[in-house]
Amino acid sequence: MPQIAQLTADNWYLASQLFWLLVVFAGIYIVIGRGMLPKIEATVDARDRKVADDLAAAKAAHAAADKVEESYRQQSDASRAVAQKAVADAKGKAARDAEKRLAKVDAELGAKLAAAEADVAAARNSAMAEIESVAAEAASDLVAKLSGANVSAADAKVAVKAVLNG
Amino acid sequence: MAAESGKIDPMHQFEVAPLGGGFNLGGQEILFTNSALWMIVAAIALGLFMWGGMRRELVPGRWQAAVEGFTGFISSMMTQNIGSEGRKYTPYVFSLFMFILFCNLLGMLPLGVLGLHPFTVTSHIAITGVLAIISFAIVLVVGFWRHGLHFFSLFVPQGTPLPMIPIIAPIEFVSFMVRPFSLGLRLFVAMTAGHVLLKVLSGFVINGFNAETLWLGSIVSVLSFILMIGISALELLVAGIQAYVFALLTSLYINDAVNLH
Repeated sequence: MPQIAQLTADNWYLASQLFWLLVVFAGIYIVIGRGMLPKIEATVDARDRKVADDLAAAKAAHAAADKVEESYRQQSDASRAVAQKAVADAKGKAARDAEKRLAKVDAELGAKLAAAEADVAAARNSAMAEIESVAAEAASDLVAKLSGANVSAADAKVAVKAVLNG
Repeated sequence: MAAESGKIDPMHQFEVAPLGGGFNLGGQEILFTNSALWMIVAAIALGLFMWGGMRRELVPGRWQAAVEGFTGFISSMMTQNIGSEGRKYTPYVFSLFMFILFCNLLGMLPLGVLGLHPFTVTSHIAITGVLAIISFAIVLVVGFWRHGLHFFSLFVPQGTPLPMIPIIAPIEFVSFMVRPFSLGLRLFVAMTAGHVLLKVLSGFVINGFNAETLWLGSIVSVLSFILMIGISALELLVAGIQAYVFALLTSLYINDAVNLH
């Protein structure tokens, strides 16, 4: 095993190994361990901190957005209630107006109907009276032609009335 | 069997060879070796890897995400095991983890195909032992610095009945003192064993195709090669796991020093 044989066989072995190990390792420790490593760790730390900060900022923004949304929802609820009330009011008013107008029209129509009925009744009465007189005339004419007797108009009228009214 | 069958030495890969360029440091000869070369290669590869992750963008690209994955892995391990104070020790444990990981992985590269000789720095007890001793020294320094002599209460687990203390304390002391050895040996043995196994199997592949009864040798070679593919994958896993274990145990030991029990 040269690693152990050379320790005693070659008088330069141990000193050379020690010297170069110490030189190289000291160089690595100073340049890499003390020089480069802290910078790399600082970079990593800065990144970790930035990530943590950004996460915190995102969380705060999220909370703020939640709050805004909540207030927006309250506002929209309130305005919706106002709008619903306005709609209900308008509906009620429109219904009342329509009722009133309807009643007015109804009354007008009733009056017109009553007038028309009265006209019809009057026309019927006059027509009836005319029929009576025409019938009495015709009856007295018929009697005169058939029997030659002269019936007075008043008598004919009484007889016709009795027949017409049963 | 061919005559050169016995010439493949699975231990040769662990030999540290001077590449020249030596100098004298306080009477001790220091040579630039293949081991030193691969340490520097690992350091440069690690530096390039980290440099690619230094763009510092808010949304990381692939490379930056990979580097941040490694740093996040170690720093979360430190904060989990030690607490918020663990971040103070992250540079050391991260350097340790990445250095061991890159040495382990670079040693696994199939550069032998290109005629180069890959060398696994962490397969040497002299290297892993020193790294373990550094970790252990940090534990001792931090422990005595923070707790003074109270640090010795580490050897008396909480809730130990009074008559048991004379028995428990020596056991805890021994287990504490064994830490640097187990820490260093574990990595050294895992790396050495894996590379020896791969080298032995590759010896089978070569010797099988050189065998006189070619049909039999070919079967051995093909089977060994299939096994090598599986073991190479396993070794890549071991390379990561051993680096992780070294870093994890170091963090646990530092936790003992920082928080006692």
